[in-house]
Amino acid sequence: MTRSFPGVLANDKISFTIAPGEIHALLGENGAGKSTLVKMIYGILKPDAGEIRWNGEVVDIPNPAYARSLGIAMVFQHFSLFDSLSVLENIVLGIDSRDTSNLRSQIAEISERYGLSLDPDRHVYTLSVGERQRIEIIRCLLQNPKLLVMDEPTSVLTPQEVEKLFQTLQRLAQEGLSILYISHKLNEIKTLCQRATILREGRVVDAVKIESETVSSLASKMMGKELVESASSTVSTTGDVRMRIDNLSLPAKDEFGIPLREISMEVRAGEILGIAGVAGNGQDELLEAISGELLSNRPEDISISGKHCGQMNPNQRRMLGLASIPEERLGHGSVPGMSLEENGLLTAFMRLGLLSQGFIKTEACKEFTRKVIQRFEVKATDVKSPAVSLSGGNLQKFIVGREITQSPELLVVSQPTWGVDAGATQIIREGLRDMARKGAAVVVISQDLDELVQISDRLGAICGGAVSQFYPTESLSIEEIGLLMAGAKLDLENQNVA
Amino acid sequence: MDIIIASLLTIITAATPLLYASIGEMITEKSGVLNLGVEGMMLMGAVCGFAVIHFTGSETLAILAGLSAGMGMAAIFAMLVLGFQSSQVATGLALTIFGIGLSALLGQDLVGIAYDGLPKIAIPFLSDIPVAGLLLFHHDVMVYGSVIIVILSAWFLNKTRAGLILRAVGNSHDAAHAIGYPVIRIRFMAILFGGAMSGLAGAYLSLAYSPLWIENMSAGRGWIALALVVFATWRPWRVMAGAYLFGGITILQLHLQAQGVGVPAQVMSMLPYLATILVLVLISRNQSKIKLNAPACIGKPFQPTS
Amino acid sequence: MVFVSPLIALVLTLLAGVVLFSVMGVNPQAALYAFFIEPLTSKYGWGELGVKATPLILIGVALSIGFRSGVWNIGAEGQLTLGAICGGGIALLFYDTEAFFVLPLMVVCGILGGMLWAAIPAWLRTSFNANEILTSLMLTYVATLLLSLLVHGPWRDPDGFNFPESRIFSDSATLPIILSGTRLHMGWVFALAFVAAAWVMLARTIIGFQVKVVGEAPAAARYAGFSVNKMIWFSLLLGGGAAGLAGLVEVSGPIGQLLPTVSPGYGFTAIIVAFVGRLHPVGVLFAGLLMALSYLGGESAQISMNLPLAVTGVFQGLLLFFLLGCDVLIQYRVVTRTLISKRAH
Repeated sequence: MTRSFPGVLANDKISFTIAPGEIHALLGENGAGKSTLVKMIYGILKPDAGEIRWNGEVVDIPNPAYARSLGIAMVFQHFSLFDSLSVLENIVLGIDSRDTSNLRSQIAEISERYGLSLDPDRHVYTLSVGERQRIEIIRCLLQNPKLLVMDEPTSVLTPQEVEKLFQTLQRLAQEGLSILYISHKLNEIKTLCQRATILREGRVVDAVKIESETVSSLASKMMGKELVESASSTVSTTGDVRMRIDNLSLPAKDEFGIPLREISMEVRAGEILGIAGVAGNGQDELLEAISGELLSNRPEDISISGKHCGQMNPNQRRMLGLASIPEERLGHGSVPGMSLEENGLLTAFMRLGLLSQGFIKTEACKEFTRKVIQRFEVKATDVKSPAVSLSGGNLQKFIVGREITQSPELLVVSQPTWGVDAGATQIIREGLRDMARKGAAVVVISQDLDELVQISDRLGAICGGAVSQFYPTESLSIEEIGLLMAGAKLDLENQNVA
Repeated sequence: MDIIIASLLTIITAATPLLYASIGEMITEKSGVLNLGVEGMMLMGAVCGFAVIHFTGSETLAILAGLSAGMGMAAIFAMLVLGFQSSQVATGLALTIFGIGLSALLGQDLVGIAYDGLPKIAIPFLSDIPVAGLLLFHHDVMVYGSVIIVILSAWFLNKTRAGLILRAVGNSHDAAHAIGYPVIRIRFMAILFGGAMSGLAGAYLSLAYSPLWIENMSAGRGWIALALVVFATWRPWRVMAGAYLFGGITILQLHLQAQGVGVPAQVMSMLPYLATILVLVLISRNQSKIKLNAPACIGKPFQPTS
Repeated sequence: MVFVSPLIALVLTLLAGVVLFSVMGVNPQAALYAFFIEPLTSKYGWGELGVKATPLILIGVALSIGFRSGVWNIGAEGQLTLGAICGGGIALLFYDTEAFFVLPLMVVCGILGGMLWAAIPAWLRTSFNANEILTSLMLTYVATLLLSLLVHGPWRDPDGFNFPESRIFSDSATLPIILSGTRLHMGWVFALAFVAAAWVMLARTIIGFQVKVVGEAPAAARYAGFSVNKMIWFSLLLGGGAAGLAGLVEVSGPIGQLLPTVSPGYGFTAIIVAFVGRLHPVGVLFAGLLMALSYLGGESAQISMNLPLAVTGVFQGLLLFFLLGCDVLIQYRVVTRTLISKRAH
């Protein structure tokens, strides 16, 4: 199958087969063309060339409804759910049958059989991410599919939830369902799948049997090169406390938000503090409370370098040495339609003194932007390129670079390498480590456990707006991190909590 | 007693155009589109309805003309907003400005012409009930129509699959698109329905409420209808309650003016507008309520690229 | 590049005008001449162009700053009316005083009046989250009624044979003429100065930068430490002040007294002016002149060809439609190109 977008070939003559009862992996980095491929299988995109054979017969899939009628079901990476509707309404919308009279009993039956408990009358916005995924899966299973496509299903789950999901999937495969499992997480593929088709830059680079591969051989095939990851920086000496959060509680902004509950933590100069957690557990709120986008009720809730700043605005906090990087790159960390130069000005104008009596110092601004572009290898035509024209990885390098170049004493970053290619990931992580080495305190909020384990010195988790205690990273097992992410308390022997 | 009944009857006539326009806008907004052109569509409905009654004498044709005029205006809006993804706010404003100008141009020879108004239809037996019969069962066809529209739209939104799909599209167009619903087509139909209802609202003004044509005769009712949708938190029965409340305020101030209370006429005429601001403030104060009921995608353009 | 679509839109509007006039049974060539050329065949005509363009430019510039920051002040017409009331009130208070301070005081009060009227939607939006589109518009109706109340009642000219008009303003309450033989007044200078100031502000200052960031990406604005609520106040007060000044300029310039209606919808037309001018002060200057011409043309076509005044409104609406359509076609190409370069990475 081939599909091109204006100026780029997203899928170039891709072929693969999947057998009944098989769990088949589609493996590739961000931007390798996985999503385009599954969208064609599900009838959302049309292929330019090539064909799909379904049980031996050539089929043309014009729309998702037809795909479903064939028996192809799909669980999306970003769930296709409607927040303000109930679970039942969401399920009704996702199935084509008009007869919905005994839907409740069908849902109950499937929930029971695969251990996917769910209350059909609750509104989606009240559910956790794991529960939301269950809706999608039940919605698919109700149609008795022959092929289930799952697009990065575990990126939002705790390790325990992942394990439970895998049990469900294996059970389904035993019953004869084919599962196309899309991921870039090698461990998962190693445990779950039988065969893998590996994509790189829109082409199939290899099709392999999983049992004859190791995680690292899969990795090098996926990335096309051996990736040298430098080892985790060990804490040399921890310095002074740079930021202290003292019993911070904040009510939720609205029904869709998460309240922050009695958060206390501190981070010291020279260390990288990791905060794990499943999406939607208060990460955004925590970051905004630290950055000053949300004000807390008491000034002493948050102190930076000993100064109470709970009610300071973002720029007052920047002057205390804080830099922050939100998860959403376009529209939060940067203004999409504005040039890099203007986006440089966005957070740097106070700290770097880019203003004189309200007027912008254009030259100084340009120079700063050029410096960021150069130091962080941002691929951009010039300082006038709009942020939206950059690829995700390049824009992230620019944003991280913009903050680091202001040499803050405290950096708080959320999802630093989400959706970013391997090269940029390396540059960004190196930048963060370098900062810590130079004596800054770094807080990394991430959903990517591998990342956190790799770069953080101490690790904790956020769940339902509450933050766990922090433990030295090397003292934690993946299971223990999973428990923290689920909000449980650890009973560790070495309670030497920093 | 007679005065009270007469007032209640006029409240119903004052409420009916608001009811049509806000039910139509509510459906449009439920699909995730904000059309600020209600005022312009109403005026076009008013002038076309009145022109047809003047030239043909047929009430049916006149009502249909009002409906089609509103729909035609809505089609222009839909084309720009859905086809060209232009800003919904700017396009809606343009539609209002254009509608005010075009209706004035079309209607310049209709000013000052008299028409008796839509005939009242007494429903047999029911209309003989004392008081209530006269109040509820002795109206023109468009009043009955407005109530039927409310019932139908409540049923459509809450009980039908199509209504569920419409709400889903307004809640998340990306999710709806991913599942395979034709977002653009659904929104197009919702916009047309909104236009048709605004057209009917205008036709009611020129055929029954006034009944005559003058430039800019809607006098901000289109905007009040927009506010009513927010006031009603996008629910049909509350839209109806709101429309009757506003009908009541309009009539109350007219009566007070007629009775010559010591307050200047202009101050009384301000009442409906001030009341609109007041209800908007009261309802908007509770943001979480708005957020739960408002279509999440409202005002956002949809680009079906991926 | 950004000025291509207004030009295409203008051409399309003229073409639509040809069709419209033909349908109305009017010779399109003569009608278009009466509309767009005839008003400019005399010095007086050019003066009138400036007179009509003054309020449009004043309000258009302020609104375009507001629209850029995502604040939809639709009630400039009402703020204009309040400016006329407050400024005009001063003129009536000092009707028998010839003093230098009257006019400056009127200007200040006119601006403050417009600001006051715009402060209401700003307050309702920032404190209660009430939509400023609807509240500012409702206040327009209230303002019009208020003016009507005043000129029908307490401010009616005692020697005016019961017409709903105020006294005629004294000389020291009237704006000086800057071009003899025309009615072009000081207000035109205000408008030009405002264009220049707004241009510098948007291009060079941190306030202008804030306006753009808040409008394009409110979340990024909060992240940068710009307060969205402050921007709402700023935009509305600026819009209200400019509209108030425009109202004052109208009553102390060409009108010279208070009437029940002081504006032929300048506050609404200024919305079109802002868009046609690409939300850029210099663009607004030209768009304001163009729209002023459409008003003059409407009047001249009414006199010379007996065409209804409403044609002006149709032209203005059509122009905005075509502009929105063309805009997207041109932007679409830009977007496709960015997407191409984005995917190519």
